[in-house]
Amino acid sequence: MEIIRGYPDYMQESIEKVEKTRPQRLKATFREMTLEEREEILNEYHPDYKPEAKREISFGPSKGQRVPHEVADLLEAHPLVNPDDVDLSHIDYDTDILIIGGGGGGTVAALWAHYSGVPVERILIATKLRHGDANSMMAQGGIQAADRPQDSPPRHYLDAIGGGHFTNKPELVKALTMDAPKIIKWHQKLGVMYDKDDQGVMMELAGGGTSRKRMHSARDYTGMEIMRTIRDEARNLGIPVLEFSPAVELLMDDEGKVAGAVLFNMETNQYYIVRAKATILATGGFGRLHVQGFATTNHYGATADGLVMAYHVGANLIDLDSVQYHPTGAAYPEQIVGLLVTEKVRGLGAQPVNKDGELFVYPLEPRDVEAANLIRECYKRDNGVVTPTGMRGVWLDSPMIDELKGEGTIKKNLAAMVRMFDRFGIDMTADPLLVFPTLHYQNGGVEINERTETSVQGLFAGGEVEGGVHGKNRLMGNSLLDYNVFGRRAGIYVAEYIKKVSIGNLSLNHVRNYEEALLNAGVKTVRKAPILLPDYRGKEVLSRALDIF
Amino acid sequence: MVKEKEKEKGKEQKPKMIEVYIMGKEYEVPQGLTIMKAMEYAGYRFIRGSGCRAGFCGACGTIFRKKGEYKFRTALACQTTVEDGMYLTELPFVPANKAVYDMEELTPGPNSIVSLYPEIARCVSCNTCTKACPQDLQVMDFVQAALRGDIAKAAELSFDCLQCGLCAARCPADIVHYHVAQLARRLYGKYISPISEHLEERNTEINAGKFDEEMEKLTQLNSEELKKLYTERDVET
Repeated sequence: MEIIRGYPDYMQESIEKVEKTRPQRLKATFREMTLEEREEILNEYHPDYKPEAKREISFGPSKGQRVPHEVADLLEAHPLVNPDDVDLSHIDYDTDILIIGGGGGGTVAALWAHYSGVPVERILIATKLRHGDANSMMAQGGIQAADRPQDSPPRHYLDAIGGGHFTNKPELVKALTMDAPKIIKWHQKLGVMYDKDDQGVMMELAGGGTSRKRMHSARDYTGMEIMRTIRDEARNLGIPVLEFSPAVELLMDDEGKVAGAVLFNMETNQYYIVRAKATILATGGFGRLHVQGFATTNHYGATADGLVMAYHVGANLIDLDSVQYHPTGAAYPEQIVGLLVTEKVRGLGAQPVNKDGELFVYPLEPRDVEAANLIRECYKRDNGVVTPTGMRGVWLDSPMIDELKGEGTIKKNLAAMVRMFDRFGIDMTADPLLVFPTLHYQNGGVEINERTETSVQGLFAGGEVEGGVHGKNRLMGNSLLDYNVFGRRAGIYVAEYIKKVSIGNLSLNHVRNYEEALLNAGVKTVRKAPILLPDYRGKEVLSRALDIF
Repeated sequence: MVKEKEKEKGKEQKPKMIEVYIMGKEYEVPQGLTIMKAMEYAGYRFIRGSGCRAGFCGACGTIFRKKGEYKFRTALACQTTVEDGMYLTELPFVPANKAVYDMEELTPGPNSIVSLYPEIARCVSCNTCTKACPQDLQVMDFVQAALRGDIAKAAELSFDCLQCGLCAARCPADIVHYHVAQLARRLYGKYISPISEHLEERNTEINAGKFDEEMEKLTQLNSEELKKLYTERDVET
């Protein structure tokens, strides 16, 4: 098989068809689906709507909720820590606020707790990988905020709740959309380099399901630019961070409040006991569980640890039946299958087209609807392009962007995308990209209210780990916003909360109770959770592994 | 869907195997994997050295030599295809000094960067940093811009930096380019880039309660009423 401009020779014919229809498509668009049509295609083609992919949680406060098997497997698993192995009388870190997770949500929470009067030495961030290793770093396309005169927070509210199929918790959507302009202003004060014109007007684009252009971006490194800036701020302030030391179990006190956590130093296998007046979960999502076998855009540590630990202490979960598949993950080349092709590519004008170069969907439907349309095109209508490894995909006609917005637009606004494909010999300014939906986001999570309180006293949550904000589907640009809004709120409200709380004796009885609940529910398994990291080692190696060291 | 994929996959031939030397030890791995996936195939389970796995976080800075070549090369393990005969290792960590500053106290001037990072004056213009950069940035040029006090240029040229640290690991003048660049970008974003007036205006409106009533009403609507509003809303094109 010969490779021509990065693609196998047999794809050339299809690429030529895309080029042929391009001039006429530059002027064309596709009708948006009605609410009824959306419902119909989701039911038939969206992976979330397959009943066999889920089961009911068999015990605990969210008993009866349907969740993907991969999540249920972790909830119906033995806690990783045996309480008898841990000495709670020796406290390694005694602090006011423990923040679990050093991504966007955790970092924002730490900063706002400090702004609200908590000294940095009374805050501790514990994180599994490095400070900043998180999906927050990888978000490309942008962050929503209704700050243009023709836009408004109520309009943003309507878009978000419609995108979520009217299932979002209203008070959370209100917080999300009303706080948004404050967040952008704060970022600007910290020095985040948003894309602006020379008058300071934000260059804002549309995203799937937004009725106004309100996507703020920093090229296509928006997440990275925000994350590295807030991390730099945290470092300047001296906020303590323990890296490679994930929490493996929450601690409670004898009054049933969450009171810190057991951390595990992954490099020395030592545990640490953290006693804290309040604990903020900011552990992110579950992409690395590869729900239904999907490839994912997520970072290495996205293994749902927070959900598991929260469930062990009895916190409510919400909307976890809903998984976001980003419509456009890379389907080719093999090295980067499943990695994100940002929605900004469509925001700038690129259309998804099939093997014959035909536009088959409105390019900016909400994500679940767009993804379902791509799946139908590939699998029902058989209009996809098949890759050498048997994957199917449709073309995302990226060269349209420069034709629509002027030469150089792609290079300037999509530098990360250009670079990623260029590394494998594909020039997205000249040739389209082959894409297919990829596992992207945990829409639901640990239920919170607008003060970021979970159903368990002393436990707060912000960012992808929490649920209720996005209902059954999140819109582009609302995840960066989510971790900022609810990370900030967590910091502010926790700073208040710790003033009036005192911690009793530490306990891991909830772990013993959880084991009992497993037994009573008839769960027989050797699984343990949280899993901390996925295991991608080769099968042959694992088949000959010895556990002797 | 996945099962179908696997079925189709079953038809393919076995991939060609190649030899790589991970920290000097020889392993056989399938052709066409990234360095990161090749190491995993060989049996490594990462704790360090694997972050976003998509070219955004800089956790997997890798140094390597190719078969029969004297050149010392650098790459991101997650974004580079493994080659036959590669000698490679990942860098788990790069020690680097970061200046501590209060952005509110700084002023953007010709000396604001060099006064916090005086070592940039030690740059010998060897361009090794640029050659080491897996993002192909003009690293030496942004350090030189920072030295001249051209904050805008330093910010612009360094924007796509992932802070992997390969430049700093290679620099004979002990400069930590990526921290220097971080400061340049924050100075630019805070002080040089024009303030967004419509953003200020919107914040004033929100603080004055302009949207409170409308928002309160929206939160009280049932889903049928919301659906109607949603369907009828106009969409900006």
